[in-house]
Parts: sequence; structure tokens; C-alpha cells
Amino acid sequence: MSTQVIMAQALLGLNVGVFYAMLSLGLAVIFGLLNIINFAHGAMYMLGAFIALIGYSMLEEWFGISMEIGFWPSLIVAPLFVGILGVIIERTMLKRLYELDHIYGLLLTFGITLILQGLFSNYFNVSGTPYPGQPESLSGVLNLGFMYFPTYRLFAIVFSIVVCFATWYVIEHTRLGSRLRAGVENPQLTQAFGLNVPLMITLTFGFGCALAGLAGVLAAPIYSVSPLMGADLIIVVFAVVVIGGMGSIMGAILSGLALGLVEGLTKVIYPPAASTVIFFLMVLVLLFRPAGLFGKEK
Amino acid sequence: MMINRILWIVMLVAGLTAPFFAYPVFVMDLLCFALFACAFNLLLGYVGLLSFGHAAFFGAAAYITGYVIKAWGFPPLLGIVTGAAFSMVLGVAFGYLAIRRQGIYFAMITLALAQIIYFMALQMPFTGGENGLQGIPRGELFGFINLNDSLTMYYFVFAIFLTGFCIIYRTIHSPFGEVLQAIRENEARALSLGYDVDRFKLQAFVISATMAGLAGATKAVVFQFAALTNAHWQTSGEVILMTLVGGLGTVFGPVVGALAVGSLSHELGSFGSWVQVILGTIFVICVLTFRRGIVGELERIFSKR
Repeated sequence: MSTQVIMAQALLGLNVGVFYAMLSLGLAVIFGLLNIINFAHGAMYMLGAFIALIGYSMLEEWFGISMEIGFWPSLIVAPLFVGILGVIIERTMLKRLYELDHIYGLLLTFGITLILQGLFSNYFNVSGTPYPGQPESLSGVLNLGFMYFPTYRLFAIVFSIVVCFATWYVIEHTRLGSRLRAGVENPQLTQAFGLNVPLMITLTFGFGCALAGLAGVLAAPIYSVSPLMGADLIIVVFAVVVIGGMGSIMGAILSGLALGLVEGLTKVIYPPAASTVIFFLMVLVLLFRPAGLFGKEK
Repeated sequence: MMINRILWIVMLVAGLTAPFFAYPVFVMDLLCFALFACAFNLLLGYVGLLSFGHAAFFGAAAYITGYVIKAWGFPPLLGIVTGAAFSMVLGVAFGYLAIRRQGIYFAMITLALAQIIYFMALQMPFTGGENGLQGIPRGELFGFINLNDSLTMYYFVFAIFLTGFCIIYRTIHSPFGEVLQAIRENEARALSLGYDVDRFKLQAFVISATMAGLAGATKAVVFQFAALTNAHWQTSGEVILMTLVGGLGTVFGPVVGALAVGSLSHELGSFGSWVQVILGTIFVICVLTFRRGIVGELERIFSKR
């Protein structure tokens, strides 16, 4: 097997890895403050991709507005929409469940997933619709010296990594982030210091959802846009989160990237195992380090 | 309790007479899901463990039962027992891994593990991939009772359902069940009282997995077909919904819930994807405002008197 094939698969794996990283990052941020796992995260990712698709090619047909939202504006518009939806969900529904067992949050967001998935299945083909709006400037392939690689995919990798690390920087190294971490550590005390913790919670949930929406827009030109794209992905991301442990932001990012790589390489070595290798790794981690690679034992 | 006695009688009478005023195969389907939901409820309702991967036991048992009956010529009862036994082994493995983490992690781990089974069902040579395992003969019970007659088959399924239901009922109403509920209420206290919490959790998990397997195995014989959807995470979600609608942590709740959700999906069959939207909406409403479920509310009304 040539190095070129392996490198190509590694890069493709990394490409998947950045989506894992962005989603598990969002899950970790939300989990830190709300203590719930957002099952609808996959649906938010799907929604992001669909907003990009609808904005580009269906505004006229559906709403009679003769206008198209291209790829670049979609990178802002879609996360904004998804984030606002997240805020609405948190304010109207999740808020009522904080006093209860955290599994109710998971169940609620599962219900929301079914609703969103069902809605889009009504209007779109389950097997997927291609996104036609990939910008001209990012089409074609790039010569990396040792191999050729699609320009858009490279852009998606670099862009996502920048977003992930920017998020990490904000949370770990800015004033805003320190307040957020205080809210995670001790909500009552933080509130007593005059910080508006409920507002922080709402915005954090919105931000986590927006990240998923952004990942969806980035994924749209690569994979075809389908109502089921999020559900299939989110279960893998759950395994990523179990492997990484939700204790640290950096852990969520790194384990996402690394597991994408592993999955990509498995496709070269033993293709049938590619869809399950992450789950098997999760089993190993549970056996030898139950708290997760970056998690803290409680 | 008064309400429980009434529900026992209603269940027995309805179960015995159902095939005379409803389509037997449909009622058998409901019975399989009812047993599945009862098995799930044993974990979530009585130990407080949310398994998001119960479809794995339900689906895997269906495949194994179908395979041993079709390829090895096992008689139906032995085939069903083999399927349930396989789910038991699977339950030991999954349970051992999943109880290492608590709460939400437990749910995520069971979901991820179940996904392994789903992909195996999709890829292994004997499962028929996306078409599922088809053409499973119903055969003859004890060698002389022909199960191809739908009325005979119905009472066979009802007997299996009652057996499974009684096993779960006895588990809940035993000293063992009391310890499980103590773990649900306060795990740390149960531990400090000297109970080996992990062992109790694992045992409950295995019983639940076996009963879920029993339900799935029976379903395969009823429909003569082991479907890939049985192992899909959406089936895990459906069983949660049934339990929630009927009443979490009540003995009869899952049965009522399976009846309600099963009939609803059946009635709405012509609406296509809207079914999912409606089920999702019911999910949200149940979680937000109707957490006791149907039987839970009934119990509350009766105990007020």
C-alpha cells in the first residue's frame, strides 16, 4: 500500500474528525453548564445543512423571495438560526427540567430530534440532496506536494480547527470564559457574585447548538444533505465523548480529531470495521480507563 | 393496591378475548412490544438506569431465533429460548461495560454498544442485510401443535408474554426488587448499607436484556421475519416512549403504553413521516407535563380516595 493512499485516507479521516470535534465540543460546553446531553445536537447539525441548502436553492420556490443566500453568508446565517432555535428550546422547555433527573433532558431532546427529523423527511429525500452552492474559489484540487486534495475539504478542515481552538481560547483564557467556568464550578456562588447564571446557561446552549449548525453548513458541500445525516453522526459523537471524557474542552477537540483519523485509517486497513471501530475503542476505554482519556475520576 | 388488581383482571380478560375482535397478528405485535417495554421499565423504572440500547437485545434475539429455526431446524420454542439466551449473554457483556459509568453516560454507552449490533446485523452474511432475515417457518409447538393457525399462534404468544410479565413482576416484588428500588432512590446509601450495588445493577440489566430478547425472539416467529429496524436506535426510542406514556416505574404502565403507542402508530401508518413528528411531540409533552404516565396518574387518583 502506498503512502499516498494512507495519507489521503488520513486527511479524509481528519475531515470527518473535525466534524466530530465540533459536535463533541458543543456537547461538552453544554454538558459543563447544564449537565444534560443534548440528543438534538445531531438534528441541529442537520438543520444547519438544510438552512444552507434552502437558503441557496429554495427561497424562491418555497417563500417567493427571489434571493439566494450563498455559502459564505450561510456560515453566519445558519448558525444564527440554529442558535436562536436552541435559545427558544432552552427557554421554553429545558428550563423546566433542571430540578429533575438529568435523563429527562436527554429524553426531551430525543423527542425534539424525532420532530425535526420527521419534518424534514416529509419534504426531502432520505437518501440525500446535493448542496450546489460550493463557492467557485474553493472548487478543484490543491497540490500538497506529496498528493492532491480537494480544496474545499482542506478549507473545511482548517476552518473547523480554527473555530474549535478559538472556542477553547475564549473559554480557557478570557474574562468571559472565566465567568463561564465559575458557573460550571459553582452556579449558586457565581449567582451570588451578581452574574446572571440563567442567562449564561441560555446563551451557552444557544452557542453549542450554533456550533452544530456551523458544522452542518461545512458538511453540506461534502456529504449530501439528508434528514438522517445528524442522527447517524450523533451516536458516534456520543462514543467520542465517552472516550474523551467531558471533563475538558481540549479533550473533546483532540479526541474528536484523533478518532476521525483512526476511522479514516481503518477504512484502508480493514474497511468493514470502519463504521464500528470507534465503538470498539469505547469498549476498550471503558475497560481500562472508565472515566475517559481526559476525564477526571469522580 | 386496588388499581393493580383491576388491571390484572382487565389484562387477562382482554388478552384472552382480543383475537376475537382484533386482528390477531396486530395484537401479537403489541404483546411483543408490551413485554419489551416491561423489560425496559425494570431498568429505568426500578433501578433508574436509562438504557438507550435495548433494541440491540430485541433485534439480536430476533436474528438468532430466526437463524436457528430456519437454518438448523430448531422447533419454535427452543428457537425462542435460544434467542433469549443469546440476549442474556449480550446483556452480561453490555451490562458489565455500561455500569462502569452512571447517569447520562450510561445512556450514551448503551446507545453506542447497541450501534455495534446494528452494524453487525447490517453486515454479517446470514442476516440478509437491509432486507432482514426472511422466511422463518413458524413450525409446530411440541411437535404437534401447528403454529401456522393464527389463533393457536396467538395463545402461544400470550403465554410467552404472561411468562415474561410474571418473571418481571416477581423480580420487582421480591427482596431483590426492593434493593433495586433502594439503589434507584439513593445509590450511595444502598452502598453504605453493604449492598454490592454493581452486582445488583448487573443482575437487573441481564434480566431486562433477557426479557427484551424473549420479546424480540417471539416477534421474529410471529412475523416469520427478523427486521433490521428491530435493532435500530429508533426502536430503543420507541420503547422508552411506550414506558413513559404508560407510566414509568409502574407494573402495568409499559403494557398500557405499548398498547397506546402501538395502536397510534398503526392508525397513523398512512401519514408517513408525520408519524415521527407526532411521536416526537408526544415525547416532548410527556417529558414536560405528563411524567407519571397513564397508569401513574390512575394510581394517584385511586390513592387519593
